[in-house]
Amino acid sequence: MSLMIDCVAKKFERYPALRGISLEVSKGAFLALLGPSGSGKTTLLRILGGLEFADLGQITFENQNWLSIPARERRAGFVFQHYALFRHMTVARNVAFGLEVRSRRTRPSRAEIRRRVDELLALVQLEGYGDRYPSRLSGGQRQRVALARALAIEPRMLLLDEPFGALDAKVRKELRGWLRTLHDRLGLTSIFVTHDQEEALETADLVAVMNEGKVEQIGRPDELRHAPATPFVAEFINSGKSQTADRPRLSVVNL
Amino acid sequence: MSVAALVYRNPTQESRATRLALTVLAIGFVALFLLLPLVSVFANGLANGISGARAALSNSDTLSSVRLTLIVAAIAVPCNVAFGIAAAWAIAKFDFRGKSILSTLIDIPFSVSPVVSGLVYVLMFGLQGWLGPWLRDHDIRIIFALPGIVLATMFVTFPFVARELVPLMIDQGRDEEEAAVSLGASGFKTFLFVTLPNVKWGLLYGVLLCNARAMGEFGAVSVVSGHIRGLTNTMPLHIEVLYNDYSYAAAFAVASLLAMLALVTLVLKSFLEWRFADEIAATHRH
Amino acid sequence: MSVATAPALTVRWHNKSALPGFGLTLGFTLFYLSAIVLVPLTALLIRPWSLGFQSFLAEIAAPRVVHALDLSFSASAIAAAINSVMGLLVAWVLVRYRFPLHRLVDAIIDLPFALPTAVAGIALSALYAQTGWIGAPLARAGLKVAYTPLGVVVALVFIGLPFVVRTIQPVLADAGREPEEAAATLGATRWQAFHRVVLPALAPALITGTGLAFARAVGEYGSVIFIAGNLPMRSEIAPLLIVIKLEEYDYAGAAAIGGVMLGLSFLMLFALNGVQAWMAARK
Repeated sequence: MSLMIDCVAKKFERYPALRGISLEVSKGAFLALLGPSGSGKTTLLRILGGLEFADLGQITFENQNWLSIPARERRAGFVFQHYALFRHMTVARNVAFGLEVRSRRTRPSRAEIRRRVDELLALVQLEGYGDRYPSRLSGGQRQRVALARALAIEPRMLLLDEPFGALDAKVRKELRGWLRTLHDRLGLTSIFVTHDQEEALETADLVAVMNEGKVEQIGRPDELRHAPATPFVAEFINSGKSQTADRPRLSVVNL
Repeated sequence: MSVAALVYRNPTQESRATRLALTVLAIGFVALFLLLPLVSVFANGLANGISGARAALSNSDTLSSVRLTLIVAAIAVPCNVAFGIAAAWAIAKFDFRGKSILSTLIDIPFSVSPVVSGLVYVLMFGLQGWLGPWLRDHDIRIIFALPGIVLATMFVTFPFVARELVPLMIDQGRDEEEAAVSLGASGFKTFLFVTLPNVKWGLLYGVLLCNARAMGEFGAVSVVSGHIRGLTNTMPLHIEVLYNDYSYAAAFAVASLLAMLALVTLVLKSFLEWRFADEIAATHRH
Repeated sequence: MSVATAPALTVRWHNKSALPGFGLTLGFTLFYLSAIVLVPLTALLIRPWSLGFQSFLAEIAAPRVVHALDLSFSASAIAAAINSVMGLLVAWVLVRYRFPLHRLVDAIIDLPFALPTAVAGIALSALYAQTGWIGAPLARAGLKVAYTPLGVVVALVFIGLPFVVRTIQPVLADAGREPEEAAATLGATRWQAFHRVVLPALAPALITGTGLAFARAVGEYGSVIFIAGNLPMRSEIAPLLIVIKLEEYDYAGAAAIGGVMLGLSFLMLFALNGVQAWMAARK
C-alpha cells in the first residue's frame, strides 16, 4: 500500500474532528472522502496536505513518515475549495509560483518555467489565458488554474477540497469527467473531498464514507451501493435518489 | 386635474425644504468649524506675501526644525511599520490565547493623552526618572534630545499601521498563504510575493496616517523636547515658539507647510478610499 | 500502533499552523509593545505612589488641579454633546443627500485627524481672538471666546467632530431604508420613523462616537492651549498643568495628574468596549 493512514485523531478547541481514522490507499488510486459537513473529511485532507496537524496517529506515504515532512516540502498538490488563486498575479504567474519560489539552486531556468507553464495550461485547456487575472475567469476556469498550479510542482499526490463545490451543475458534470480522464492520464494518487454522493460514486475508484470523525465504510462504488455496511451509509448513499422529496414544501397558514 | 397632484413624495424622503435646511446647516457647520481654520492658516501665512513667507521659512531655526521633523518621522514610521506588519501577521494568520487582549493593548496609545504619552518617558528617562541617574552617569541623553522625541512619536503613532493591517489581513483569510506554503514557498517569500501585494494599499493608508501624525505631533513631543531652539524643536514646537514670540506671520508660514502636508494626506487618503476600497480595511469604505 | 508514542491531547495555548513565523512575529510584537507602551505606562502607574497615598491625594485635591480636571472634563462633555448632535446631522446629510462638492465635504471631515494640533490651535486662536474673523463680530455682540473656557469648548468641538461622523456614517449607510419603509407603511410620520426606528438603530454608534470624541477631548493639548489663554483657576486644562509641573521638575505632581487621567481614560476605554460588544451582539 502506498498511503497508510493509521489511527489519526484531531481535536479542535472542544469537539473532536477526527476520532481515529485508518485508511489504506494503493498507488494511483482515485479516492473520494464522502460525508456530510462536519464529518471531518476536509480536516483529514488538510492533515494530508500539511496544513493541519494530527494530535494522534501516523501517516506513511511511499515508506516515508508523511507527518514529519513540513507542508512546504511535501509536494502534496493541494487544490483549495475556493481555489486560493493569488489574485494579484496573472494566470501564468500563478502556475509558475511553485517553481519560482524554489531556491536558486533547484529553480528551473526562466525559459524552462515558461515552457512548463504553457504545457500545463494546455493540459488544463487554458492555452492563451496566461496573461489574464483570476478575477476575469469563470469558476470552472479558476478551478483548472488551481489544478495546473498544483501540478506545476510535480506533486507526489493530488488533494482536492470540494473541487466542484462552487460550480454550477452543468460545469460540474463536465469537469468531473475531465478530472477523471486527467487522473487516468497522470496516474497520481488523488484524494478529493465531497459531500455529494453522486459525484463520489461516479468519479472515484474508492469511496470512504465519513461521519462524525470516523470512516463508516470504505469500498468501491458498487460495494457501497449494494452492500452498505451501516445504516448511515445506506441512508447517505441513497439520499440522492430521493433528493426531490427533500425539498421544503410551502405551507399555507390558514387564518 | 393639475399636474402637481401627481407628484408624490418618496415615503422615506424628507420634504425638499427640510432637506435643504439640513444640508445648509451641516455644510455651514463644517465650513465654519473645519474649513475656516484651515483657510485662516494659509491667509495668515501669506499675510506678508509669498516673499515674506519664504523669508520666514528660510530662517535657520526653521530649517533645522524641518530637518528634525523629517528625521523623527524617518525613524518612527518604519519602526511602527515593522511592528504593524509583525502584529498583523501574528494576529491574522494564527489562533492563540490572548489574541483579543493583544488587540486591545495595541490600541492603548490612542486613548492616552499626548501629554501623558510624553510624561511616561520623562518618568522613565528623565533626571528624576527610573533610569535617570544611570543614564546621567553614562552620559546618555534621551529626554531633551532626539531619542526622547523619537520614542514619544513612536508611542503616539504606535497603533496606526497595525490597526489598518490587522482587520484587512483577517478579512483576507489564510487560503492564499496556505496555498503558497503548499507550493513550497518559504515564510519570507510567502509574505513578500503573496501577502504584501494583497495588503499594499492598506499598508500605504496606514503609513500615510502614521506619517501625518508623526510629523504633526505636538503634545507628547513638547513634554520630552526641552524646546531647545535649532536643536530639539520639531516643526509643531517651532510654531509654538514663534507664536509665543509674537512672530505670527512666521508661525503661520511654518503652519502652512504642515497644513499642506495635512491636505496632501487627506487627498491621498480619499483617493485610496475611493480607488482601492476593496483593498483597505472595511471600516474606511464609505 | 503508534497511539502511545504520539503527543497527548493536551490543551495548547495556540493551534499549530502550517504558516511560518508565529514565534518571530508574536515575539517582536510583544517586545515592541512592552518596550514602547507597557513598561513606560507602568512607570506612570507606579510613580505617584512613591509619595505615599496621603501626598497623592493632597496633590490631586489641590484647588488648581481640581479646577483643571473639572474644566477638562466638563468642557469635553459639552463639546461631545455638541458633536453628538452636529455629527449626527453631518453624517445624515452625507449619507442620505447628494449635493455639489459632496466628496470634498466628506474629505474635509477628516481634517482634524490630519491637521497637526498646534496648527489647529494657532488657527483657532487667530480666528476667535477679538480681532479675528469670527472673534471680532462675536466681541461686538458681547461674547468673548478666545482666552475663556468657551474657547476650550470650541477647540474640542473641532477636534471631536470626525469621531462622531465617522462612527455613524458606515452604520447609517449599511442600515438601508427598509425599516423606514416599513414604518411608513405602518402609518408613521417621517419624524416618528426617524426617532422611533432610525435613532434607536444608530444609538450604539452614536454613543461610541460621542464617547471617542469625549475621550480624545479630555486629553487634548495642542489645539486647546493657544485659544484657552491658560489662566490658572479659569481656563487652564489638566494636560497643561502636567506640562507646567514637569517644567518645575515636580515629577510626582505631574505623575499624579497623569495617573488620574490615564485611569479615567482606561475606564472610558472599557466602557466603550462594552458598548461595542453590545453593538456586535445586536447585529
